[in-house]
Amino acid sequence: MDTLHLDLTVPLRAFDLALALEVGDEPVALAGPSGAGKTTALRAVAGLTAGARGRVAAGDEIWLDTDAGIDRPPEQRSVGFVFQDYALFPHLTVEQNVGFADRGRAGELLERLGIAHLASARPGSLSGGERQRVALARALARAPRVLLLDEPTAALDAHTRAAVRVELHDLLRELRLPALLVTHSFEEAAALAGRVGVLVGGKLVQLGAPADLVARPADPFVASFTGGNLIPGIASRREGGLTEIVLETGGFLYSTDGLEGRVGVVVHPWEVSVAREPPGDSTLNHVRAPIVAMTPAGNRVRIRVGPLVAELTAASAERLGLEPGVVAVASFKATAARLVPLA
Amino acid sequence: MSRRFDAVLVAACALALAFLALPLAAVFLRVSPVELFAQLGNPAAVDALLVSLKTSLIASGLVLCVGTPAAYLLATRRFRGRAVALTLIELPLVLPPAVAGIALLAAFGRRGLLGGTLDALGVSIPFTQAAVVLAVVLVASPFYLRAAIAAFESVDTGLLEASRTLGASPARTFRRVALPLAAPGLGAGATLAFARGLGEFGATIMFAGSLQGRTQTLPLMIYAQLDRDFDVALAVGALLVLVSLAVLLAVKLLPSWTRFTSISPSRSAPSTSL
Repeated sequence: MDTLHLDLTVPLRAFDLALALEVGDEPVALAGPSGAGKTTALRAVAGLTAGARGRVAAGDEIWLDTDAGIDRPPEQRSVGFVFQDYALFPHLTVEQNVGFADRGRAGELLERLGIAHLASARPGSLSGGERQRVALARALARAPRVLLLDEPTAALDAHTRAAVRVELHDLLRELRLPALLVTHSFEEAAALAGRVGVLVGGKLVQLGAPADLVARPADPFVASFTGGNLIPGIASRREGGLTEIVLETGGFLYSTDGLEGRVGVVVHPWEVSVAREPPGDSTLNHVRAPIVAMTPAGNRVRIRVGPLVAELTAASAERLGLEPGVVAVASFKATAARLVPLA
Repeated sequence: MSRRFDAVLVAACALALAFLALPLAAVFLRVSPVELFAQLGNPAAVDALLVSLKTSLIASGLVLCVGTPAAYLLATRRFRGRAVALTLIELPLVLPPAVAGIALLAAFGRRGLLGGTLDALGVSIPFTQAAVVLAVVLVASPFYLRAAIAAFESVDTGLLEASRTLGASPARTFRRVALPLAAPGLGAGATLAFARGLGEFGATIMFAGSLQGRTQTLPLMIYAQLDRDFDVALAVGALLVLVSLAVLLAVKLLPSWTRFTSISPSRSAPSTSL
């Protein structure tokens, strides 16, 4: 199995995209806000972006090497590209779409992706989930060395998305191909990829397993991108290995992280408990404020208490008599409060 | 107040329609259709029909073969001078036909710009069927080019890119993706250009003359028969009206026959439209 190496610089309108990355047997997701250069990175690997500089190689095959004057056109880079809007050929049937690159493999791939019954349908008559599979089958028909997926489930409704993510997760691991995917959703990145690179303003701010990004965010964006609360303040060391953070809104919090100066306190919703009165345990951090909003999510409910979002089971929220307007105390441990430097 | 305004609108519309339809109706009302088409057996009419068909087909072939790749380039690439090229293409649309004729003489005539070179090669273009073809190409090709550029611009660039990532060269991408997707627009443009070429008069009579059986096309024949045999002229006129009507219907119906449900919206806005 090949490894995809890339070390790229692409000038964009507002900034340069600079990305160095190796993709092996574990799918890698590039995640981040819109306009961060995620799609540009994929397009540069496929040879669809003019002005890309640096190196791109799939195994021993060099696709781009600016210093050596190599820049292969897209058709000579063996990629399977699944476009965000799928870009299926509307004038061809499903079978012709899949067989566009190699007619011989169309039948097998239609079977494999469970779309053989759609062989003679035109893309215009397919559902979103079906189009997604056709796009995947078409990309794989070329027997590519690298698979590139741009927002693979963004065009789908929420219900289909969940099912497609499961299928895609399994398929990506079966294929044994270096796969690079792009998404604006951390949830999707974590569901599909073994490693997630967070791209902000053209720079890779952090690359790691999804659980690492959640546990040890390197920067305020990563913290809020992974769903954490981010509360700004000024940190200073106290004895006993504790750091005290004076919040901009008044009050203070404690963390076991050793950082000083302007910081963001990061805590995840499932690490915050909510009650009418502070719990009588060792928990150091308490924020007392009225409940601003309560949003149900499955059997859990997300509760906004002042600057914090907490996640509780719906049952305990009801048992504690929590409802909007009620003054409550949101508490979390000093070990759960991670600090990231703020500019 | 509003009722009086509506009456003005209706009156204006009725006047416009009557004025546009009256001459056409007169062609068919003056002589019965059966009698009209009997006149088409006239040798001058047969000759003109053959000259018109031959020159129009050759001109259409030239316009399609050169115009299609040219339009694809203009639609898909951004380069310096593109705006100038697009304007140049539309110039013949507004050029008086007599000017087109004299311009062709100035370029390809005996004493024209390329006259000496052509003479040296033993080629003389004015007053030949080649001259008819050139005149038709000059006045008709902008109709095709404009439509073809718009048709290629409306093909989603994402589809062209998808084709490239599937291993297709630019030439194969053109053949298998761009051409079939632009086909309805190309067909409409070709039909319009053919109709415009069939009716070409001013540039042809100046550059190619009106020699029966050689350069006398149907419109030139109408003009030549005007004093001699008004009914023959009228019969040929009726024929051309029917051809024009057929072309118009074809252009209006063609896109709906072959339209595909496109999945993704076009990314580039057309720079020209019909």
